[in-house]
Amino acid sequence: MMQRLLSGDYPRSRALTALLLIIGVSLALGPFLFPGVRAFSMLGMICVFIIVVASYDLMLGYTHIVSFAHTMFFGIGAYGVAMATDAFGSGYGALLIGIGGALLLSVLLSLLLGLLSLRVKAIFFALVTLAVAFAFLSLVTQLYNLTGGEDGLAMRVPRELGPAFRPFDEPWVGFDLVGFFTGLFSDPAGAFQNALFDVRVSGKHLMYYVAFVSAVLVFLFLLRMVNSPFGRVLQAIRENEFRAQALGYRTVFYRTAVVIVSALLATLAGVLFALINRYVNPENTLNFELMVFILLMCVIGGMGTLYGAVVGTAVFLLAQNYLQDLLKLLAGGAEPGSLLEHLVGPDRWLLWFGLLFVLSVYFFPTGIVGQLRLWAARRRQRRAARRPVADQGEQHHAS
Amino acid sequence: MSAHDEILEPRPEGVLGRFRAFRENRPHLFLLVLMMLVAFFMMDPRTWVVLTISGLAMGAMVFLMASGMTLTFGLMNVLNLAHGAFISLGAFAGATVLVHWLDASAGQSSLLANLAAVVPALGFALAVAGLVGLLFERLVIKPVYGDHLKQILVTVGGSIILMELIHVIWGPNEIPVPRPDALTGAFLVPESWPVIGGVALEKYRLIAVILGLAVYGMMTWVIEHTRTGILIRAGVEDQEMVEVHGYRIRLLFLGVFVAGSALAGLGGAMWAMYREIITAHMGDELMISVIVVIILGGLGSIKGCFYGAVLVGLINLYVGYLEPRLAAVATVGLMVGVLMWRPQGLIPVIKV
Repeated sequence: MMQRLLSGDYPRSRALTALLLIIGVSLALGPFLFPGVRAFSMLGMICVFIIVVASYDLMLGYTHIVSFAHTMFFGIGAYGVAMATDAFGSGYGALLIGIGGALLLSVLLSLLLGLLSLRVKAIFFALVTLAVAFAFLSLVTQLYNLTGGEDGLAMRVPRELGPAFRPFDEPWVGFDLVGFFTGLFSDPAGAFQNALFDVRVSGKHLMYYVAFVSAVLVFLFLLRMVNSPFGRVLQAIRENEFRAQALGYRTVFYRTAVVIVSALLATLAGVLFALINRYVNPENTLNFELMVFILLMCVIGGMGTLYGAVVGTAVFLLAQNYLQDLLKLLAGGAEPGSLLEHLVGPDRWLLWFGLLFVLSVYFFPTGIVGQLRLWAARRRQRRAARRPVADQGEQHHAS
Repeated sequence: MSAHDEILEPRPEGVLGRFRAFRENRPHLFLLVLMMLVAFFMMDPRTWVVLTISGLAMGAMVFLMASGMTLTFGLMNVLNLAHGAFISLGAFAGATVLVHWLDASAGQSSLLANLAAVVPALGFALAVAGLVGLLFERLVIKPVYGDHLKQILVTVGGSIILMELIHVIWGPNEIPVPRPDALTGAFLVPESWPVIGGVALEKYRLIAVILGLAVYGMMTWVIEHTRTGILIRAGVEDQEMVEVHGYRIRLLFLGVFVAGSALAGLGGAMWAMYREIITAHMGDELMISVIVVIILGGLGSIKGCFYGAVLVGLINLYVGYLEPRLAAVATVGLMVGVLMWRPQGLIPVIKV
């Protein structure tokens, strides 16, 4: 069962398995474990960005195609549904029109990008996508009568997916995990009681679970894909394109296919983003900074391992939301107005993350997941070396 | 294969043949003339003159910024996506001199006093960007020679760090940079001149054109007539061969990288005075023009970079006049069109 579900691609490290389980459980029961609007919206963003980053990893990690147009497809999805509901009202029909239109546009654009990049070498693809994404951003900003320009569009979602829809009269019970553990220190007796809180289930929760289930399905689909013969060809292209060509694979076809698939998934994630966030503007969907963030998530989690997309997204979004608080604590100790205060100020979290990113590219090029797997493999090796020789030979034979 | 094979082709016959030969052998000039002609028939001559001069000025500044990036790629196959950060850095360094250090001299209205502020400002921008470029090459880029993917990742990270450091040093707000008095205002073309009489040409744009042409001339001279230039050209053509002859190409590359960063800083400082307002992210926005320029011109080619910059400047101004909302789209459209026509760029130097 597990074998089929994960397509035989296990985490291969105990620490990683534990990490993934924590993330999975936190997401699955998220609204009932973490109270507050901020935590809820962050959970939703993690689900959405797992799709975005995993599909980006398909290009970057598995095929070594660097694209800077991933946010463009994300934005096409988000703006597609936002504009469709803006024009045709907030029914499911309008939603479907928006999704269909967005997917169609994404296929056309990614095909065009693929065809352009085929005529020139891979390095051009990065530059060309950067320029095209910028042109798209400027087009969206300028055509304000269609897209709302800088102000963006407020999205009207179907009633069942909005905050007004309340399927249950009684509030459900949630258990505040963070509150419980901090409570254990201050008031061990009442910690359990104090950690309970009411959850008024609404359409927002329904929407969250739509996003969560989509993220799980997309993740498993991608896992299936990269472990299929198709995925093996992609990795062959990554390792040595010339050789893959010589073996008779039409690398051009494979590369275009990857670009299209990943664009479609990014579009889907954009749709989910618009539905969850209910507000779409150039800054939260199309910005170049967002593109860089996706790149960071992918690399920090671990390129070429889909699990890395999950870990990287969770770590990065946590840092984005809570590292500022931590830095604020640090900056509290520094003299106000000094250079040190500027360096560790809460707005400077990106500086430290950028530094971390560059260092991790040098020293841990395989990211968190790659590093955990490496350590696990080394431990297994050491354990195998300690065993008697005959045993080792047998194991070698078995693998 | 290379451009030299064209000599062997038979001489073109007739007007159409000559036209075709011109189009194929000098695509940069063909495109330039075509664009200027089309624009000429779509607006009245006076507007056209003003727009053309402005386009040339923008092209000159973009050329300053782009030349470094195209050379670093051509010489060492290094794609430096942090180039935009150097543009911002130069702009902020120049602004510091103009606004804080020499503001008394920049605030006067005499030309000499103004020059006493502007020249140090440009010099300081050049020096700061060059120095940071030196550190950047040693610390960030050197460990990842020869690996494009890592270069892209590391330089994107480095660009984030540089931009954040700009925030740390100069604060997160945009800074107004008043242009010194002697550089504001415009020349009036005498009314008696035919066709373009009475046209007002902004002084600063003329200065930018002259400076850009001067730098282009100097670079061409260095590359074509000095020993360093010969080594650079040889390095672009075949890196290993230069090393085999005992030249330290890494050192040469370091020099080119520092010069390129310094020029980006100079371009940024010029741009700061042109726009009169700067933000840390201005480099990101200009990077798009820079990228379009180096793809248009053909990676590694100075001449291509120059013509690419002029084309981008002109199309920006022409389209910006006709339909302001489409300026960015037209710029990228030009790139896509050229890529379809000539995948290697207008004046290819290296095989990519």
